[in-house]
Amino acid sequence: MSPLAIIWFLLIGVLIFGYFALDGFDLGAGVLYPVLGRSEADRAVIRRSIGPVWDGNEVWLLTAGGALFAAFAPAYATSFSGFYLAIMLVLFGLIVRAVSLEFRAHDAAWARLYDVMFVVGSLLPALLCGVAVGNVIAGIPLDANGDFTGTFFTLLTPFTLSCGVLGLVHMLVQGSAWIALKAPEDAEGAELAERARALRGKLVLAEALVFAFVSACFFVSVVPNGAGVEVTFLAAFFAVLYAVSLLVAGRGGCDLRAFLVEELGCAALVGIAASTLFPNLINATKPAFAITIEHAAGSDLTLAIMLGIALIGVPIVLVYHVVAYRVFRGRLKRGDLTY
Amino acid sequence: MRMGWLNDPVVLARIQFGLTALYHYIFVPVSIGVGLVTAVMASKWYRDGSKENDAALRFWVRLYAINFAVGVATGITMEFQFGTNWADYSRFVGDIFGAPLAAEALFAFFMESVFIGILIFGKNRVSRKVYRLSAWLSWAGSLLSALWIIIANSWMQTPAGYKIAYDANGAKAQITDFLAAALNPSTLPRYFHVAVAVLTMGALVCIGVGAYYLLKGRVQSIAKGFLRTGVILGAICAVAMLPAAHQQALTVARTQPAKLAAMEGQYETGPVALSLFGWVDEQNQQTYALGIPGGTSVLADMDPTVEYLGLNDFDADETTPFVNLIFQSYHLMVALYGAIILVVILGALVLKGKLANHKWPLVILSLGWIAPIAAIEFGWMVTEFGRYPWIVYGELKVEDAISLAVPAWQVLITILLFLAVYTLLFVVWARMLSKTVKAGPEAFLAEGEAAAKDAAVADADSAPSYFGADATADAAAEKGGASA
Repeated sequence: MSPLAIIWFLLIGVLIFGYFALDGFDLGAGVLYPVLGRSEADRAVIRRSIGPVWDGNEVWLLTAGGALFAAFAPAYATSFSGFYLAIMLVLFGLIVRAVSLEFRAHDAAWARLYDVMFVVGSLLPALLCGVAVGNVIAGIPLDANGDFTGTFFTLLTPFTLSCGVLGLVHMLVQGSAWIALKAPEDAEGAELAERARALRGKLVLAEALVFAFVSACFFVSVVPNGAGVEVTFLAAFFAVLYAVSLLVAGRGGCDLRAFLVEELGCAALVGIAASTLFPNLINATKPAFAITIEHAAGSDLTLAIMLGIALIGVPIVLVYHVVAYRVFRGRLKRGDLTY
Repeated sequence: MRMGWLNDPVVLARIQFGLTALYHYIFVPVSIGVGLVTAVMASKWYRDGSKENDAALRFWVRLYAINFAVGVATGITMEFQFGTNWADYSRFVGDIFGAPLAAEALFAFFMESVFIGILIFGKNRVSRKVYRLSAWLSWAGSLLSALWIIIANSWMQTPAGYKIAYDANGAKAQITDFLAAALNPSTLPRYFHVAVAVLTMGALVCIGVGAYYLLKGRVQSIAKGFLRTGVILGAICAVAMLPAAHQQALTVARTQPAKLAAMEGQYETGPVALSLFGWVDEQNQQTYALGIPGGTSVLADMDPTVEYLGLNDFDADETTPFVNLIFQSYHLMVALYGAIILVVILGALVLKGKLANHKWPLVILSLGWIAPIAAIEFGWMVTEFGRYPWIVYGELKVEDAISLAVPAWQVLITILLFLAVYTLLFVVWARMLSKTVKAGPEAFLAEGEAAAKDAAVADADSAPSYFGADATADAAAEKGGASA
C-alpha cells in the first residue's frame, strides 16, 4: 500500500469530518426547525442563524465527493451507484433545501411550502448519510467488477438503520447547541435557548442509547474485516473520546463548550468508522470483492498532485471559514430579524 | 419493441444526464453574468455611496442570490451523477477526472459560497471595502469554477496527458502529465468561448432589466445606468466573441473532425461550406443549405479548397447519428449571436436618445436576454451530441460507461422525480425573479430611507439588516403588484 494512498484515506476522513462537523449543525437545526421554532420569530432566528454559513458548509460534501472520485475512483463508483436511490434522495433533499433557505425570507405568501422543503430537505441527508456509512462498514453484496448486486432493501438492516439514526441524533444535538448559541439575548431569545438546552440534554441521552444499540448490532451481525490489533485499539481510543464528548455535552452549561465538544464527537465518530473500515474502503459480503485502499487508489502521480492541491486549498478554505464565522459571530440581534 | 428505450439503461442514463445538465446550464450563465453586473454595481456604490447606487446594488445582490441558489442546488446533481449513473465511466477516468472536480470545490465553490454569504447577510457587518471585495471574490469564484469544470469536460473531448493502463477489471486511463491533461488542446479555447458567452448573458440581463423599467417609466436614472452598463459590457463581449468563437471552431476542426462534419452536415469529403441555414436529410445523407461553398475551409485554413473528412468516411460506429440536431443547434447558436449584436446596437441607439418616441425598441431590449441563454444551450448541445458515441473521445464509448448496478426502472423513477423537483424549482425561481424585478430598486430606495430613520433612533449596534429589508421590499412588491 503506497503511503500516499494511506494519507488520502486519512484526508478523505478529514473532509468527511469537515462535512459532518459543519453541515451537521445546520442540517440538525433544519430538522429541529418545526420542533424548536414555535413562533415565527423563533423560526426566523433558526433560519437566520445558519443563513450565511450553510452553503459554505455544504461544499465540504462536494469536496469529499470530488476527492473520493479523484483518489479512490472505484470506491466512488461503487458506493454512488450501489446506493443509487438513497443518494438520489439525499440529492433531492439538498436541492429543495438550498432553494427554500434562500427564498423563504422574500416570499411570505409561500412560507409554508418553503418550510416543508427546508425540513424534509434537512431530514433526508441527516438520516441517510449514516445509513450509507453503516452499509460501507457492514459490507454490501458486490461482484468482481465492484458493482452492487443487492436491492434497495438489502441496504436496510437494524445495524445500518441505527447508524442512520445515530448520525441524525448527533446532528440534532449539534443543531440544538448551535441554536442555543445564536439565540438573541432578549427574553424571547433566552426562552428559545433554554428550550434548545433542555432538548439537548434529552438528545444526548438518546444518542448514548442509540450508540449502545449500534455497537450491539455491530458485535452481533458484522463480521470484522481482519484488520490488525492496532486498528482495534485506535477504534477503542475514538470510542473513549466519543464517550467523553457525550458526557461533557450532556452536562449542559456553556453553549459554546457544548457545541465544540459536539464537533469533537463528530471527529470521534468518523475516527471509529474509519478505523473499523481500514484497510478497506467498502466492505463486501464476499471479502474477496471488498474495495480496498490498495486496489482502489489512483496512481501515485495523481495522489501527489491531489495532495499538493489539498495543501494549498485547505488552508485557504479554513481562512474563508474563519472570515465568515468572525463576520457573523455572536448572538443574533432582534434587529436582524424584524419582519 | 417500440418503447424499448424505456427499458434501456444507457438511453435513460443519457436522458437523465442531458436533461439535468441543460437545466443546470440555464442558471450557471445567469449567475456568473449577473455576478459580474453585481460586482460592477458594488464598485459604483463604493465610489460614491449614493442612495441610488445603494439601492441598485441591493437589487442586483438579490437577483444574484436567487440565481445562485438554484445554480448550487442543480450543480450538486452533476457531481453526484458521475458516480450514480456512470460508474464504469468513473472507474475509467477517475485518475484524471476527479482532480479537477475536487479542485473546483476547494478553489472555487468555497470562495463563491462564503463571499456570497457576506454579500447577502453582511452589508452592515463589514466595511465598504470588504463588501465590495466580497462581490468581486464571489464572482471570481464562480468564473473559476467554470474553468475547472471546463477542464474536466475538455478532457473528455480532447483527452491528453494520459496512458491506458490495464488491471484485473480492464482498461483505465492513467495520468502521465497533469498540465497536459488540464491544458488539453480544447481547454483554453472552450473556456474563453464559454466565459464570453456567460458574461454576454449578464450584459443582456442588465440591458433587459434597465429597458423594462424605462418601458414602465420607473426609476429613470437608475434604469438608464443599467442600460448603459449592459450595453458597454455587451459590446465588449460581442467583440470578444469573434476570436473566441473562431478559436473554438478551429479547435473542433483540428481535434474532432467528425463533430465538424456534423455541424455543417457534410457527408462527403471535400471543402466545408459555411451555411446560413438549411436542413439535413439524414435518411438520404443530403444537406440542403444556403451558404458560402468552402466558407468554413476559408475560416479554418484561409483556403476554400482545403478538404475535410465527410461523415461517410468515418467508421460508421464512430460518428454521431444526430446530424440534423447538431446542424440546427450550431446554426441557431450563430444566428442568435447575430441577434445579440443587434440588441446591443439597439441598446446603444436608445441610450443616445435616437428612438425616444418608440416603445418597440424597449420591448425588444427587455426580452433580449432570451438570445444568449438560448445560444448557450444550443452550443452545449453541439458540444455534447457532437461527441457521441464517445464519452471520452476516441477512448471510451457512452454505452460502456454506465452503472451496471442500477436497473433501468430506477433511472426512470429518478428521471420522473427530477422532472417533478425541477419543475417546482423553476416555478419558485420564476416567481422570485418576477417578484424582485417588479418590486425593483424602488423597494430598496424606500428601505434605505426607512433604515436611515431607524438608525437615528436605534443604537449603532442594531443596524439595518437583511431581514428588516425584506419586510419593506415585500411590502413594496405587493404595492407594485397591485398598481401594475
